[in-house]
Amino acid sequence: MAAMAEQAIATGGFGDPMVPRVARLRRRRRDIAQVWTLDIESEAAAVEFAPGQFNMLTVFGVGEVAVSISGDPAAPGPLIHTIRAVGPVSTALTALRPGAPIGLRGPFGAGWPMAEAIGRDVVIVAGGLGLAPLRPALYRLLAERRRYGRIVLLYGTRRPEEILFRAEIEAWRRRLDFDIEVTVDHAVGDWRGHVGVVTALIPRASFDPQHAIALVCGPEIMMRFTVAALRDAGLGDESIYLSMERNMKCAVGLCGHCQLGPVFVCRDGPVFRSDRLRGLLSMREI
Amino acid sequence: MEGLERIVREHPFFAGLGDDFLALVSGCAKNVRFEAGEYLFHEGEPADQFYLLRQGRVALELTAPGRGALTFQTLSTGEIVGVSWLIPPYRWGYDAKALELTRAISMDGACLRRKCEADHDLGYDLMKRFMPVVIQRLHATQLQMLDVYGSHG
Repeated sequence: MAAMAEQAIATGGFGDPMVPRVARLRRRRRDIAQVWTLDIESEAAAVEFAPGQFNMLTVFGVGEVAVSISGDPAAPGPLIHTIRAVGPVSTALTALRPGAPIGLRGPFGAGWPMAEAIGRDVVIVAGGLGLAPLRPALYRLLAERRRYGRIVLLYGTRRPEEILFRAEIEAWRRRLDFDIEVTVDHAVGDWRGHVGVVTALIPRASFDPQHAIALVCGPEIMMRFTVAALRDAGLGDESIYLSMERNMKCAVGLCGHCQLGPVFVCRDGPVFRSDRLRGLLSMREI
Repeated sequence: MEGLERIVREHPFFAGLGDDFLALVSGCAKNVRFEAGEYLFHEGEPADQFYLLRQGRVALELTAPGRGALTFQTLSTGEIVGVSWLIPPYRWGYDAKALELTRAISMDGACLRRKCEADHDLGYDLMKRFMPVVIQRLHATQLQMLDVYGSHG
């Protein structure tokens, strides 16, 4: 089974990676405005995934969309995906009722560098919905806590009401072996936390830049400034990893919709080491 | 005064300040503390000082009709509060409220301006310390205005 799963991860699921298998929505829950987490049950749900990978989900008769896997890679049971309802497919996905069929292809792509993180401080910088593809990495880090140095999560979002996975973040904050700082762009009322951009948290965070690795996911502008702030803090590009988002269609590097300069985000990413993207992040018309 | 000089010297904002300038700057300094909920200053008041935060956290706010106080930035230990003392008309453009017990060094803006006029080397040194803070906060404000975490983000 392990070998089969390994092959499945490498090729994008069981069988032909272009053919969706039929899965079913078991449960959906609204996390914050427009953002939903879907538990999807599949006959092949035993397929393992690596933190940072994504699946292609189909609403039959509407279309297909790439969605990050946001669940625990070690947990049996349904595949967990978190998605923002913005376009026709994502809106249709989040409107499905439990039991509804969903087409499922994947998992696809290169995930977070969990092996490279062993023995090092791990700095996770997430912006908005970018926390979703980082959550599987956090589950892995915390499950194997002793294998890593300091673990720091810096999370920025728009408003206190838009903090994703809030209950879980509050539970993590009670741990003594995990540093978490949350900041919002604006706040009203009784918010007692930070207000300001997430990059402002980086100089205040406790980690050894010579022995740290950074995992970053969020809107591209936020990631550009985060990379700059991490460099200012002493991290080299070879220690910074970013999860990119592009218009993924085939998910196996054939169609070219997600091409970013010389790379295909679906096949070569979505997680890239920063030096591989040097110059591409700030380039216009890409 | 020696105690204040030591505190000013140890604050990150004045890291590396020479002894002569340190003595000049410290002559404009005094210790202050604010309880949680207490305001350091209000929008529209004369900006006669700035603060070196030694401990605690401060929220910068603007109040909008029907929306209450909107916090657009929080500052904490090791940071400074206030740059309006540098530029005419020396008036605060927002409120600053202590979120918790806050200890700070209050620097007298008029006193510092006089000393900077008399010694332009001191003025240039202070500008080199203030401008990065101003630019950094301007960039942060640009990002906040872009609303990058919206559905288009």
